[in-house]
Amino acid sequence: MKSLEELRALREKMKSQTDNRGVAGADETVIKVGMATCGIAAGARPVLDALLEEADKRHLHNVSISQTGCIGMCRLEPIVEIFKDGQKFTYVHMTAEKARKVMNDHVVNGNPCKEYLISEN
Amino acid sequence: MRELALNVLDIAENSLSAGAKNIAIALRADFERDEMEICIRDDGCGMDAKMLARVTDPFTTTRTTRKVGMGLPLFKFSAESAGGDFSVKSEKGKGTEVCARYKISHIDRMPLGDFGGVVLQLITMNPGVDFLVKVECDGKKALLDTKEFRAVLEGIPLDAPQVRSFLRDYIQENLVTIYGGRL
Repeated sequence: MKSLEELRALREKMKSQTDNRGVAGADETVIKVGMATCGIAAGARPVLDALLEEADKRHLHNVSISQTGCIGMCRLEPIVEIFKDGQKFTYVHMTAEKARKVMNDHVVNGNPCKEYLISEN
Repeated sequence: MRELALNVLDIAENSLSAGAKNIAIALRADFERDEMEICIRDDGCGMDAKMLARVTDPFTTTRTTRKVGMGLPLFKFSAESAGGDFSVKSEKGKGTEVCARYKISHIDRMPLGDFGGVVLQLITMNPGVDFLVKVECDGKKALLDTKEFRAVLEGIPLDAPQVRSFLRDYIQENLVTIYGGRL
């Protein structure tokens, strides 16, 4: 069973590794997922999980993923906002599957998934 | 909402927007008495008696984007439609406590759902807030305190990928096994 003892060992291991997270800087991509009642009820949790999983799998160090409150358009939830290259992209009616595609195509390769953007819906 | 765990997440989000620094979540189940209880307590800004009286009305909300607030009403409904009851206690400046009780075997009781996943999300996505999660089931008890984790980690954030994956397993092995798929 996992214990605090094991966490101590993990800490020592992590401290001995060089951390390259600090180099993120200006090219950082910020991702926000709406996590109020409307978002949660529409399925924002699996979307957030998928985003975190993809970021983890691809070792994306310059991406910050967080949750936010009600974005104000409850009928379009789950909503994911991406702040990248000085622009804001609002993805609506997201699912875990769509979130993975956005992560691959937009966040990693720089091609916004136009079909999921709010302007198309 | 299809899972009680999502209600827990939603109510905890209210605590966060109330500026809470400490949030306690308790899950208790007693199969012999066929009862379960979920409580969320915070040290946020609380509310006055006037607000408290109206707070489970879906047309009461503190947000400004629209006039409805469904979080507490949905949580209340989940309990009252499953042979249970619901209470909110609050004091301005002190904090709020929300409790919902259920009859476990009631046909309309929603499944608990991914409680472990919700706990993981809460503790890793809110760096400035400490969580105390208690799970009790048929005499077995487990406790998770983020203050303990932070003391061990000496500045390494809880959302660092390796720590997050440790926490996911920790929650699964220490908290979820206590009630193990029966809720």
